[in-house]
Amino acid sequence: MGAYCPCGTRNFNYKKDMAIVRTPFHWAALVILLLLLFLFPTFFGGVLVNLVNEIAIITLAVMGLNILTGLCGQISLGQSAFMCVGAYTTGILAATYNIHFLVALPCGALGAGIIGLVFGLPSVKIKGFYIAMATLAAQFIIPALIATPLEFITNGSNSLRIPSPELGGIVFNSPQSMFYIIIPITVIMVFFAENLTRTGIGRAFVAIRDDDLAADVMGIDIFRYKLLAFFVCAVYAGMAGGLWAYWLRSINPDHFHLHESIKFLGMLVVGGMGSIPGAVFGVSFLLFMDYFVREFGMQMSTFFPMWAPAFQQASVPLLYGLVIVLFLIFEPRGLAHRWTVLKSSYRLRPFSY
Amino acid sequence: MTTFFQFFVNGVMSGGVYSLIALGIVLIYKSSSIFNFAIGEMVMLGAFFMWTFFDMFGLPFTLSLILTILASGGLGFLMQKLAIQPLIGQPILSAILVTLGLSHILSGAAMLTWGGTTERLSATLPGKPLLIGDVIIPHDLLWCFVVAVFIFVVFGLFYKYSRIGLAMRAVAEDHEIAQARGINVRTTFAVIWFVAGVIASVGGILLGFRLGVTQFLSLIALKAFPAVLFGGIESIGGAFLGGIIVGLLESLTGGYIDPWIMEISPYIILLLVLVIRPEGLFGLERIERI
Repeated sequence: MGAYCPCGTRNFNYKKDMAIVRTPFHWAALVILLLLLFLFPTFFGGVLVNLVNEIAIITLAVMGLNILTGLCGQISLGQSAFMCVGAYTTGILAATYNIHFLVALPCGALGAGIIGLVFGLPSVKIKGFYIAMATLAAQFIIPALIATPLEFITNGSNSLRIPSPELGGIVFNSPQSMFYIIIPITVIMVFFAENLTRTGIGRAFVAIRDDDLAADVMGIDIFRYKLLAFFVCAVYAGMAGGLWAYWLRSINPDHFHLHESIKFLGMLVVGGMGSIPGAVFGVSFLLFMDYFVREFGMQMSTFFPMWAPAFQQASVPLLYGLVIVLFLIFEPRGLAHRWTVLKSSYRLRPFSY
Repeated sequence: MTTFFQFFVNGVMSGGVYSLIALGIVLIYKSSSIFNFAIGEMVMLGAFFMWTFFDMFGLPFTLSLILTILASGGLGFLMQKLAIQPLIGQPILSAILVTLGLSHILSGAAMLTWGGTTERLSATLPGKPLLIGDVIIPHDLLWCFVVAVFIFVVFGLFYKYSRIGLAMRAVAEDHEIAQARGINVRTTFAVIWFVAGVIASVGGILLGFRLGVTQFLSLIALKAFPAVLFGGIESIGGAFLGGIIVGLLESLTGGYIDPWIMEISPYIILLLVLVIRPEGLFGLERIERI
């Protein structure tokens, strides 16, 4: 960590050496950022707040994927299916059994985690590409199960309606109020992910990613850690799903398509694999782009009504496809790498060495 | 018993197209370890090319067939040149994601060009449904199956006896040794992607006759993925058998249990295959050393 510190910052004890927030400037930046985040809904309208809500929710899902794929190296094409499990567990608890959201959300996350464990089981025998196929199977099986055989509790393709969360008489029914549920959970879970990368578990994940045979020889229980990675990944997805359910207040198995899982992987690549800020950058970048492209499509319908419908349908897949392929070819380390380069060049200025 | 035979025949026949698509995937994976997730879109584009040449431009059938094959092959070649080539030597996630990204680009481009409507090819496949005992064999399914078998035979001969086929097999075996023997690995990759594009477009044309020319044709390839893994990802014969097995599974589970399970039964079996025998029926078992 020391290498990234500005000149003159010295650590006099181990505790300080291991701190995440290191300098007074860091502290000031963090406090100001949190304050601005807290006041954000009072300054901006519903549309932007809604977009930030979506970014925060998807950040959680991508953060889980980041732990599984970026840190542990197991590729998952089924992240949105795990999100689906979380959304439906939370949604059914809230809608059918009237359970408080502070209980329903962790239950949803846990439910998704357990399903994640089940689909992580094949990782005993297989790895790499084959794990991707096993999670692809999860991506097809889970929404199909929810849509038809479990229709009696999930309402199938007719969408499940979810009541607004309530806490001490306050009903969270607007984008601005949902912001205060979504953002604290996201901030805490992102902080947890950042810390996880620095613990022994995170190091074990990285060892498995870099070479699982070598990790095994070094005494890391590969299967246990792979399962743990699947569990943590699915817990994040489940929490994202639960928040998504409360945010949208109506969920449908069609929301959790393979395309979403691919988008999550794309966000991960755009942000930078294995980097915690990278996941946030990737999600924000792609969702803002997504928003602008869709707005552009709307504007187009007033000027070119002929082309607009085709463009509206085509623009989002084109955007994601192009961004994924271009980033893979030209900047495989993602925006996080650019950010590091920017930071270090600022710190080293005027001497570029 | 008649119903069973009916389901059986339907399954085997519709499995033919899955085998064809699976062949396109296996071919590329064998030589370059890249799993082409974009093959569904290549299939769909094949059908759209055919519709454009035949119905929109009104060209004769044979000419539009040739043009479609050339266009699809060219598309495969371009994909390899522009997106796959720069990523040689990158980690496995890049190899997986790049074709997923390509599939998004292709479906977006198709949507932009042809819109989201369903078109019909104005020609129909000649013949009428065959009746053997009480079992009906729909002629369009039979056509699909026969063409698939034909392609497999032609391709098998090409792969075994032609010089280019030999080069392909050498590249599949080992890139460096192939290069040392004077085989141009890059050219061979390009040829392989061209051939895969051609195979996908034939599948697309057949499906276009059966189901109409629509964006949804790309979903058919999702059935070919389990087929590839059943047969073993490196095995061409396995691709054929895998396709038939998936077709059968679908037809039997859909007929006897419930339609919803038809969609996911290949994937349930796929999970079992991955746990019990990850290399599939005829695949190569991987041995790793440090």
